[in-house]
Amino acid sequence: MATEDKPAVSIKDMLKREPILSSGHRMCAGCAAPTVVKLMGMALRGPTIVCENTGCLEVATTIYPYTAWKIPWIHVAFENAAAVASGVIEATKVMYSKGRYEHEHVDVIALGGDGSSFDIGFGAISGAMERGHDMVYMCYDNGAYQNTGIQRSGATFTGQETTTSWAGSKIPGKLERKKPLAEIIAAHRIPYVATSEPYNYRDFITKFRKALEVEGPAFIHAFSPCPRGWRSATGASISLSKLAVETGLHPLYEVINGEEWIMSGPSKRIKELKPVDEYFKTQGQFKHLFKPEWEDFRKRIQDQVTHDWELLKKKCGVD
Amino acid sequence: MSVPKDKITVEGLTGDAAIAHALKQADLDVLAAYPITPQTIIVEDYQRFAADGEVNAAVIPVESEHSAMSACVGASAVGGRVATASASAGLALMWEILYVAASMRMPIVFTVANRALSGPINIHNDHSDGMGMRDSGFIQLYCQSSQEAYDTTLMAFRLAEHHDVLLPVMVGIDGFIVSHNVERVEMLPDDVVEKFVGVRVPIQNLNPNTPLTLGPLALTDYYFEFKEQQSRAIMGVPKVYKEIEAEFEKITGRKYGLFETYKTEDADIIILAMSSMGGTAKVVADALRERGEKIGVIRLKMFRPFPAEEIAKAVGDAKAVAVFEKAMSFGGAAHPLAVEVRTALYEAKERPMVLDFVVGLGGRDVPPTTFVDGIEKTKEYLKAGKAPKYETLGVRK
Repeated sequence: MATEDKPAVSIKDMLKREPILSSGHRMCAGCAAPTVVKLMGMALRGPTIVCENTGCLEVATTIYPYTAWKIPWIHVAFENAAAVASGVIEATKVMYSKGRYEHEHVDVIALGGDGSSFDIGFGAISGAMERGHDMVYMCYDNGAYQNTGIQRSGATFTGQETTTSWAGSKIPGKLERKKPLAEIIAAHRIPYVATSEPYNYRDFITKFRKALEVEGPAFIHAFSPCPRGWRSATGASISLSKLAVETGLHPLYEVINGEEWIMSGPSKRIKELKPVDEYFKTQGQFKHLFKPEWEDFRKRIQDQVTHDWELLKKKCGVD
Repeated sequence: MSVPKDKITVEGLTGDAAIAHALKQADLDVLAAYPITPQTIIVEDYQRFAADGEVNAAVIPVESEHSAMSACVGASAVGGRVATASASAGLALMWEILYVAASMRMPIVFTVANRALSGPINIHNDHSDGMGMRDSGFIQLYCQSSQEAYDTTLMAFRLAEHHDVLLPVMVGIDGFIVSHNVERVEMLPDDVVEKFVGVRVPIQNLNPNTPLTLGPLALTDYYFEFKEQQSRAIMGVPKVYKEIEAEFEKITGRKYGLFETYKTEDADIIILAMSSMGGTAKVVADALRERGEKIGVIRLKMFRPFPAEEIAKAVGDAKAVAVFEKAMSFGGAAHPLAVEVRTALYEAKERPMVLDFVVGLGGRDVPPTTFVDGIEKTKEYLKAGKAPKYETLGVRK
């Protein structure tokens, strides 16, 4: 791939770029993950290698003997893309210095879903960030282990029903709060952390490009709706991404060096959060929350989201 | 062709240090490792070489052994020359990735100071870690001495990276017994090693010029073919190993074979053991021969692939093979090494009795008397014409 001076952020420029993922992959109808990957492709600037964890995107894009990937790609296991990427980065550098690798620099991206990033692969990410390898780790977060059949993860929202956090007569879905992964990664004091989602695609692409451009590790937390797991309309994934930002469930921000918190445009422009109910109503996985017995529980979720939002505004210096 | 004596560096080195020197001379691109006793000296010494600028390699001090093997796969996928080191629980934590590394046909040299698996937690030697990775697809080479560890580590790169092989190689030394004991080691000059190990030539690497998808999903329609190919690759290893070792012998005068035989030709009873037990067994054979007992020794080096036919040939018409092994397969018909040996000898015309003595677990000393006990029992069993499937020696019962 030729070196790209600028990321393709306008529709016109995007159309000129060859997508890094071909059509014909076997992701579900309406899944946002392929869109997330294609947006990532719009941000690339030159030779790139992708290391991916096991997950929906991995299995559905590389069913042997086919592959949807047009750039070099490797999958090893569920929890280790950050570690695999560490090896790829260091090997290319040393081999180049010995005249055995053609590219002086290769952008290395590690990819994982929320299960492999928030939970089982968390240690590998933390280790890679601490060691400072020049990689971009992107988590596409669809809120549960969708690939194995919609089990709860550390990324699952409070109140969300999954096949391991059922909404029953006694328990209203997941009781625990979502792990603030981007904040935890930012606490590693790495150069760049950002949250993103595919509705605000300019914001997404610009952030991904920044992540590539900083020297040292960068982390992107991309929201990625899953119609199959969420029981949402297949055509609604992009609008649900927008709604997640507007309700404060997935606010958009950047953290520079773990210190400087910047609220991104789409979140910054929000005068008042939309109620989380508006988001919950769009998906079967939250419908139990509207039963009278869970009224208080639902309100507590709203209070939590509002509290987190106010905290974030304070960190970002937004009134 | 052999290297003149004055060019050889002789040093007193532990097994770990000998391996570290071999890694240094092999011109690695990446070493990714996590500390675990009794392997630590390998990486500590290598890090010192790196700190002094004596190696041009990236050392990745990963946060776990799982990530160590994962980083090795990534680096090997790019085409690098790659090594790691571990033992026991660390090796066990790698377990998932060991299988992937072998299946993805990644040359990686994995030096192991063999140590007991937990629990109870124990830092001393046995072979339960190596046997735990028995079916992973790694080539397994067990060494008896520091010299052999140095030599084998160098040969391991040639073997792993050979285009007819392309498999990861485990080089095992007995934890503490070899890893921490100082022995005389002859080291080759750098230029000779450089010429011998060469530079890795990858065939299909991760490279933006020719995008490849590595590690895809393969289901009912293709998975089995991957395994078939992998099996063929490892079965071809002895031939390649012999070629590499013949070359090494020309330079050094040293060779080990797939296994070492000692006074087996006329032996009635053959002791079969691996690693440092080989040395003790040979002393025992000598002592018993002074009493007129025809004892021989097979010290197995290559456990995977298992050289079944060659072992059967070497056993010849001995009356019994007494296997001494340092691992258990709980509930098995016998323990890992004896299962292999019995299978190898099943077709023999005069099938010898195969005894399985489990010894030395968790670093329990295996002195000459333990071998003598086993031999005495073997003689009794031969007389009686029957024997237990296995028994433990040197343990309170």
